[in-house]
Amino acid sequence: MRSSRILAGLAAVAVAGAIGMASLPAYAEGDTIKVGILHSLSGTMAISETTLKDTMLFLIDEQNKKGGLLGKMLEPVVVDPASDWPLFAEKARELISVDGVDVVFGCWTSVSRKSVLPVFKELDSILFYPVQYEGEESERNVFYTGAAPNQQAIPAVDYLMNEEGVERWVLEGTDYVYPRTTNKILEAYLKAKGVADEDIMINYTPFGFSDWQTEVSAIKAFGSAGKKTAVVSTVNGDANVPFYKELGNQGISAEDIPVVAFSVGEEELAGLDTGPLVGHLAAWNYFESVDTPENADFIDAWHAYIGNDDRVTNDPMEAHYIGFNMWVKAVEAAGTTDPDAVIDALPGTSVPNLSGGYSAMMPNHHITKPVLIGEIQDDGQFDIVWQTPGLVPGDAWSDYLPDSAVLISDWRAPLSCGNFNTATGTCGGSAQ
Amino acid sequence: MPARTKPSLVTRIAGTALLLVLALFASVAPAGAQTLSEAAAALVQKLPDGSYSDRAEVVTQLAATGESDLAPLLQALRDGDLYVVNADKRVVIAERKGSNYEISDPISGAALGEVGQRDAEKIKVNNSLRRTIDSAMGQLTLMSPDPANRRAAAENILKTADPETIDLIDAALAEEADPAIAAILNEARAVIVLRNDFPADEQLAAVATLKARGDRDALAVLTGVQGTASAEIRPAVDDAIGDIQDVLAIWAAGQNVWYGISLGSVLLLAAIGLAITFGVMGVINMAHGEIVMLGAYTTFVVQDAIRNNAPELFDYSLAIALPLAFLVTALVGIAIERGIIRWLYGRPLETLLATWGLSLILQQAVRTIFGPNNREVGNPSFMSGAFDLGQLSITWNRMWIVVFALAVFAILLAVLNRTPLGLQMRAVTQNRRMASSMGIRTPFVDALTFGLGSGIAGMAGVALSQIDNVSPNLGQGYIIDSFMVVVFGGVGNLWGTLVGALTLGVANKFLEPYAGAVLGKIVILVFIILFIQRRPRGLFALKGRAVEQ
Repeated sequence: MRSSRILAGLAAVAVAGAIGMASLPAYAEGDTIKVGILHSLSGTMAISETTLKDTMLFLIDEQNKKGGLLGKMLEPVVVDPASDWPLFAEKARELISVDGVDVVFGCWTSVSRKSVLPVFKELDSILFYPVQYEGEESERNVFYTGAAPNQQAIPAVDYLMNEEGVERWVLEGTDYVYPRTTNKILEAYLKAKGVADEDIMINYTPFGFSDWQTEVSAIKAFGSAGKKTAVVSTVNGDANVPFYKELGNQGISAEDIPVVAFSVGEEELAGLDTGPLVGHLAAWNYFESVDTPENADFIDAWHAYIGNDDRVTNDPMEAHYIGFNMWVKAVEAAGTTDPDAVIDALPGTSVPNLSGGYSAMMPNHHITKPVLIGEIQDDGQFDIVWQTPGLVPGDAWSDYLPDSAVLISDWRAPLSCGNFNTATGTCGGSAQ
Repeated sequence: MPARTKPSLVTRIAGTALLLVLALFASVAPAGAQTLSEAAAALVQKLPDGSYSDRAEVVTQLAATGESDLAPLLQALRDGDLYVVNADKRVVIAERKGSNYEISDPISGAALGEVGQRDAEKIKVNNSLRRTIDSAMGQLTLMSPDPANRRAAAENILKTADPETIDLIDAALAEEADPAIAAILNEARAVIVLRNDFPADEQLAAVATLKARGDRDALAVLTGVQGTASAEIRPAVDDAIGDIQDVLAIWAAGQNVWYGISLGSVLLLAAIGLAITFGVMGVINMAHGEIVMLGAYTTFVVQDAIRNNAPELFDYSLAIALPLAFLVTALVGIAIERGIIRWLYGRPLETLLATWGLSLILQQAVRTIFGPNNREVGNPSFMSGAFDLGQLSITWNRMWIVVFALAVFAILLAVLNRTPLGLQMRAVTQNRRMASSMGIRTPFVDALTFGLGSGIAGMAGVALSQIDNVSPNLGQGYIIDSFMVVVFGGVGNLWGTLVGALTLGVANKFLEPYAGAVLGKIVILVFIILFIQRRPRGLFALKGRAVEQ
């Protein structure tokens, strides 16, 4: 009896809370523009996503100092999807329909992005997605400010092939969609470049893998065939630390077998003694060590905001920086935060990036970026050893997979299609 | 020997060995002076300019001068410590000191004061430049009086096997007294002979030299030349490759066993605390992984304190962390037992849910206090690197973890079987009412037993911090494996835990090369499910009345 009364009481409180929250936007409407932040603050992905939440709060704060947007202040709405993919969809729905946000910045893993897609389509809102991903997607409601494979993986392989003379390749990845798709693209690309089947080794390990002894000695064995060997690593998140530790302990130095990683940035190296890793590579579109006045200002402002000079900056943070400024500019151009108007205004918008150039939003909802290759230094930073001469436009559909090579994406008026099949001349051809 | 030798300089060290070296290197320069020839100094000044390949060209030319005083400069360049001062374009070694650089002369080592961080520019290196520097260092220090330097130089030369260095190798071989270094030089010579156009009889001898070395590097060289070898030596090359591969295959099996033992020891460490709380007490503690995580964070706190206050103690940090981690986690364990678990004895489902909730609370608490990012826990010097046992490369950290796991196991066994506390624990778990009647304070023993199991888990956390991430998620990765080991080995039996952990470890590592890590793990899980069907009580089932309770 007693417990049922408590339950009833709890339910009443919950209902009251829900009503209170639902009534809030109506009260606040007109005074502020709401910006949704959908990053995990607990669970496995908190390690990467918490920083992005801070970055968004920092960017919104900066914008408000400049007087806000359209004469209104920006108001961040932070939710915690707790690294739980279905919860991402629920929280996205809550942000859009309950809190009434005009734009959402969020998601890290591809599976979380796939989980919120239907929500953004149904409620017709805007998502800015800041992380490098496997490509093979272009949606009207999503703007991809991270790198597509041709803005990260392909240039990295080119660098190793041309500058280091690599002839034998280990594609090492965590077993999920991003490494599998990226490796499929890379394998097709390497074969197109004349690399033989026996010179490519592909291996996958589970999430959070920590015992790398067998894998590392397999890499060592594969590398002793008399040809220059390199490892292309799509190993994700936490598994990188034990992987690099094992590499260091087994004495694989970057001069012998360099490892180029697509998921290892300043943030990941912060938990690691990088002494034995000097010379291993990473490919990104931004490094904290980029030597430009814009970047120095950004880092100084970030340190001042967060109150800690040891906090590093990284590539997805720059992606949010670019994405947020693009959205601001598009809203100013459209004169409204109405999603449809902003979606139409965004392609063609061009804003400064932190590496000294301008990044532009393209009709396929990907952006142009430079590609940088950095070598790990013993202070946990990267020395940029190579960069593309110009900007690389992100390609939604890879040219190296036969199914997607015929697809193009253009969300501008006459075509308005994310997956137009140039062979059949119809919209809706799918690569998957 | 280099074609043109410029006047060499006398270094600080004197001695007959040095005189011999100097005799080789043509004329002798004024004693005590730490200067370079003009040509070399001009080359050094060119280092900051141009691309990486320009820089590599300069390094090659520096090596050709044969001036061994260049060695510290090249080493600094390789380590990324060489800078150019913006004001006077002077090339210096710079070390970070606060927000400034402390600069010194790269040749004489004389201190030159400090410059601001933006007043000096790093001379950048990349991998291919580092390789060029290694080769240059090899050439410059091959005649060094210090055997350790000579050895490093010989290994560098072996790695790059630049055909230009063959005269230098011959000259060094004529002088070399240390057979180990001479062997490396001989191998370097063999590699050069094989890869380039040399007479067939010399190449045959080279194949024999490499065959005698018999490791992966030798195999790499031989496979590399297999396609291009002349008809005369081709059979010998094929033969050598076959032989080396046969030997390596045997070592590969040994390697799998070792990796298996190493994985098994990690499983044992993770599971052994659970063997007490779950195995002996029967408490399903889902927060076990988080207690391991707390142990790892204790290590981080200890190391952080040591880094800030007494960096010279760093190598002892683990020894200091071990008892602290035990204490901290044992206290947490006792608090959990007194606060939560004792109300739930005999209700396994509620215990499971309560401790699972507790695990989430602990994770988020750590995340709030220490932040969501990985914390850096360093390896003390004795736990870094690897040593070779035949063709097997054994890493020190794994080696010490195996030793540590077995030591913890032995101590725990002794505590349970040889101490009054152990006797009481066994008495309480076997027949609570009887033990109580004999005057044992059963709640007190319960708390201590849970504390002991948790303390052991905390010590495991110290060890795991050496091979895994120290993050709030650390424990999650081990909880399933721990239960697997305890259930497989037989609940309530420490020996079962040991055998279970090692069996699973070795089986996993033998499967991995063939099935891959993902499939390997699935196969193991399926195997355990089938095994439990056949023997529900695990490998070593407890017998007797206690089981029936």
